[in-house]
Amino acid sequence: MKKMKLVMVGNGMAGVRALEELLKIAPDLYEISVFGAEPHPNYNRILLSPVLAGEQTLDEIVLNPLSWYEEHGIRLHLGKKVVDIDRARRVAIAEDGTQESYDRLLIATGSNPFIPPIPGRDLTGVIAFRDIADTNTMIATAATHRHAVVIGGGLLGLEAANGLMSRGMDVTLVHIAPWLMDRQLDDVAGDMLRKSLEERGMKFLIGAHTQELVGDASGRVCEVVFKDGTRTPADLVVMAAGIRPNTALAEKIGLHCVRGIVVNDTMQTVTDARIYSVGECAAHRGIAYGLVAPLFEQGKVCATHLAQFGIGRYQGSTTSTKLKVTGIDLFSAGNFMGGAGFEEIVMSDPYGGVYKKLVLQDDKLVGVCLYGDTTDGAFYFKLLRDGRPIGDSRDKLMFGESHVGDVGHQGQSKAAAMADSDEVCGCNGVNKGAICKAIKDKGLFTLEDVRKVTKASASCGSCTGLVEQLLMFTAGGDYSASPKKKAMCACTDASHQEVRDAIRADHVLTIDSLYRRLGWRTPNGCSSCRPAVNYYLISTWPKEAVDDPQSHFINERSHANIQKDGTYSVVPRMWGGTTSSSELRRIADTVDKFKIPTVKVTGGQRIDLLGVKKEDLPAVWQSLGMPSGHAYGKTLRTVKTCVGSEWCRFGTQDSTRLGIDLERALWRMYAPHKVKLAVSGCPRNCAESGIKDVGIIGVDSGWEIYVGGNGGIKTEVAHFFVKVKTAEEVMEYAGAFLQLYREEGWYLERTVHYIGRVGLDYVKKKVLEDEAGRKALWERLQFSLDGAPDPWLESSRAAVDTRQFAPVIPIAVATHA
Amino acid sequence: MSQWTPICRVEDIPVLGSRRVARPQGVDVAVFRNDQDQVFALLDRCPHKGGPLSQGIVFGTSVACPLHNWTIGLEDGCAKSPDEGCTPRFSVRVSDGVVHLDSAELASLGLGLERPVAGPGRRVVVVAD
Repeated sequence: MKKMKLVMVGNGMAGVRALEELLKIAPDLYEISVFGAEPHPNYNRILLSPVLAGEQTLDEIVLNPLSWYEEHGIRLHLGKKVVDIDRARRVAIAEDGTQESYDRLLIATGSNPFIPPIPGRDLTGVIAFRDIADTNTMIATAATHRHAVVIGGGLLGLEAANGLMSRGMDVTLVHIAPWLMDRQLDDVAGDMLRKSLEERGMKFLIGAHTQELVGDASGRVCEVVFKDGTRTPADLVVMAAGIRPNTALAEKIGLHCVRGIVVNDTMQTVTDARIYSVGECAAHRGIAYGLVAPLFEQGKVCATHLAQFGIGRYQGSTTSTKLKVTGIDLFSAGNFMGGAGFEEIVMSDPYGGVYKKLVLQDDKLVGVCLYGDTTDGAFYFKLLRDGRPIGDSRDKLMFGESHVGDVGHQGQSKAAAMADSDEVCGCNGVNKGAICKAIKDKGLFTLEDVRKVTKASASCGSCTGLVEQLLMFTAGGDYSASPKKKAMCACTDASHQEVRDAIRADHVLTIDSLYRRLGWRTPNGCSSCRPAVNYYLISTWPKEAVDDPQSHFINERSHANIQKDGTYSVVPRMWGGTTSSSELRRIADTVDKFKIPTVKVTGGQRIDLLGVKKEDLPAVWQSLGMPSGHAYGKTLRTVKTCVGSEWCRFGTQDSTRLGIDLERALWRMYAPHKVKLAVSGCPRNCAESGIKDVGIIGVDSGWEIYVGGNGGIKTEVAHFFVKVKTAEEVMEYAGAFLQLYREEGWYLERTVHYIGRVGLDYVKKKVLEDEAGRKALWERLQFSLDGAPDPWLESSRAAVDTRQFAPVIPIAVATHA
Repeated sequence: MSQWTPICRVEDIPVLGSRRVARPQGVDVAVFRNDQDQVFALLDRCPHKGGPLSQGIVFGTSVACPLHNWTIGLEDGCAKSPDEGCTPRFSVRVSDGVVHLDSAELASLGLGLERPVAGPGRRVVVVAD
C-alpha cells in the first residue's frame, strides 16, 4: 500500500514530539517531511537561557540530531521557511521553491517575539531572545561590548538579563509594569526578586516607557531614550516584551485564527480537517500554551489521531511557572494575586528571603506564589489542579507536604543542594548524576520518562519530589502539568475512577466486557491494569463478579510470598498476635519436616517461614493446620495488639480481645492495597496504632479510632477519626471506613492516599455523620466476607489452581516410566 | 533435524498462564499459553535477576516477571525497552492439542544459567588454603 504523506511545518519541540509519538504507535503509516526555518535540528528551546548563562552548551541542548531524522526516514528541509500552502492541491511551498505534497499537514510554527513598534527597532544590536541565532549574537556581543539593555521584565527578559550579566555585561532591565514578572508574581515576590537581582549587580528601570532606540554612525544601537527624557547607554538591546503565536502562514491560507490557530480537542484545525496544529501557535479553547508539558500533551493527542486511532482528547492544562535563574527559586500557579473574594494565607520573611502566599476560595487552593523556597511547589500545584477541599488541613497548609519520615534519600528535599554522587533513589540505587545525565542524553521531559529509563522513583516513589526537581533544573520542564485525569496505564485512556464508575453504572461483571466497553487498546490488558480491574469487579459486585486468578500477582495466586530465589514464604494467621503451644509445636514440626531454612518473627506479631519450595506449599499448609495469614495479598494483614487490661497494670481496655474480634471479622478481606490494624489498651500505645490504616487506642471512657496511618515509605501519622464507647461500635465504625475505602479506593492506593485524595471531611461525612450509610457500609462488608473461603485449608472452594504447585511431568517421561 | 518431545496438552496450561517443565539438568523451562491458545516456551529465568517467569502475569504476547515487573516478550525472550536482556527461548510445536519441545534444545539450552541463591549462611567466605 502506498504510504500517506505527512508534512510538518516547523521543526520545534512540540511538533517533533508529536512525530515521535506518532512513530511510536504507527511507524510505517506516513512518509514524513519536515520544514524548519532555522538551520538546526530540533533543540530544547527552553534551555537557551542556561546556554546564554554559560551553564550548558548548544550541543547539549539538541534533542533530535540529524541522524534521528535519517533513522526514521524523515525528509528534513532545514533553513527553508514555508511561505504558502496550496490547500486545494495539498502542497506546501517553501521560500526557495521546494514543494512537498501532503495528505495530512501539521502546523507547528511556534511563536514570534513581540517587538514593540518603537523607532530604532531595526538597528544592528537590537534582537529578540528566541532562537540559537539570537543566543549566539548575545554571546558574541558580550565578548566585545559593555552595555546591554533588556526590555521586558518577564520570564524571558530576566533570563536574558541574567545570562548577559554572567557573561560580564553591564545590564539594565527595563520593565513597564510596577513590578517584575507581573504576570507570574505578586508585588511582594516581584520586589523580592528585584532586590535579589540588584544584589547581583543588575540594574532596573521599573515603570519606564521606552521611547526610542538611538543608533551610532555605523547603524548600531548606542542608546535607549525614555519618555521622561532620561537616556541609558546600550550596545545591545534585547526585546523580551512577550511572544505572539506565529500564525502568519495559517492566516495567509485562510485558517481561522484567534490569538492562535484555532484547534479542537483533537488538535485539528477547525477550518481544514486535513490540517492539524500543535504548540505555541495553536489556540485551544482560547489559550495558546507556552510551556512544554501542555505542548507535549497536545503532541500525544495529535499523534493518536494522525495514527488513525481516533482516541484521546486534549482538554487543556493548568500551568505553573518557574524561573531558570540559578540560585533564585520562585514558583507560581493559578490565581496568585488573590484580592476581593479570595482568602490569602501569607508567610513573609523578607530578611530570610522567603515568601509564600496561598490563595483560597470556597475551601480550595486556587493560587500559589512562592519565593525563596519552592520545595513544596509540586505539592501545591497538585492540590490546586485536583481542586479538592482543604478542610482540616488548612492550618498546616502553609508548611507544605510534611517531609518528616521520608526515607531512602538521606533526608534531602532540595535536589539542587545535592552532589552528583548523592543517591536520590534508595530503592534502585540511582544517584543524582545518573538521573541528570539520562535526562540530558535521552531528552527526557516527564517523570514517567525518567522512571522508565533510570528506574529512579519507580519503586517506592518516595523520591518523586526530588526527581521532579531534577527534571525541572536539567530539562527546564515546568512542574509536570500532567492532566488531572491520569490514564490507568498505556492500555487505555480511562482513569481509575472512570473504570470504577463504568463498572458500577453498567453493572460490568467481567474483565473482557469492561475492556470492550471502554475500548482497551490491548487484548487482555497488562500486568498493571488487569489486577486493578479484577479487584474493581469483585469489590463492586461481590458474589456476582467471578474472581480471575490469572489477574492476580503471583503472591495472590499461590497464596504465599515469592522470594528472590523463587521460593516462597508462609505466614500463618495468629489472631491478634496470640498463639498456643500446640500451634507452635505444629510450626516447629513443619519447619523440621520440610527443612524450612529461616523462621522469623514479623513486625505484625506472627511467624514467617521462609524458603518453602512451591511444590511443598499445599503440604506445608496442611501440616500447619492454621488459617492463611494473607501476608501475601492486598488484603487485611494483621491486627496488632498489646496485652491490654487482661495483664497490663496500665491497661484500661481489653485490647487483645478487640484485636482478635476485629481480625476474625475482617480476615480474607481484599482491598485496594494491604490493610493493617492495631489495637492498644491505653494511650502508651504499645501496638503502634498511630501508624496503621485503622489504629485503635483504648482510654478509660472508651476507644479512640485513628485512620490513614502508615509506617512505610513515608511515615504518616494517622488522623483522629472518632471516639466511641463500646467494642461493637469500634467494629461498625472501623468496618464502615474500610468498606468505603474498598468501594472507592483506587488499586494500590493505601488508606492514607485515599483519604488524601477525597479528604478526611468527606470520609467523616460518610461514616460518622450518616448513621444509615455507616450501617449499610458495615453490612456490605460483612456480606462480602460472609462465607469467603480460606485459600489454604479450602483451596478448591477458593478456586486456587493447584496445577501450579507441581511441575509438568512431560508426557514422554510419564509414558516411559 | 528436530526431535519433538511431547510435554503436555495445551489445556494443561491455564489460559493467560504457564507451567514449569523440569529438566534433568538446568533451570526449568516455562511454557506459556495466551488467550489465542498460542504456546511459547522460555527458560524460566528473567534476564534481570533470575526471577521465575512462569510465575508472572501473562498478557498479549508478554509476561511480567514476578520479581521486578520487567516485561519479557514470549516470542523472543527479550526484555521490552528500556530494559535490556534476553532469556533463551525454546521452539514449540503443537500438534493434535499436544505441546512439544525440541529434545535437543531441552538437553542443551541455558544449562550454564542458574537460579539466584537466597537464605542464611549464603555469604561467600574466601578461605585461604
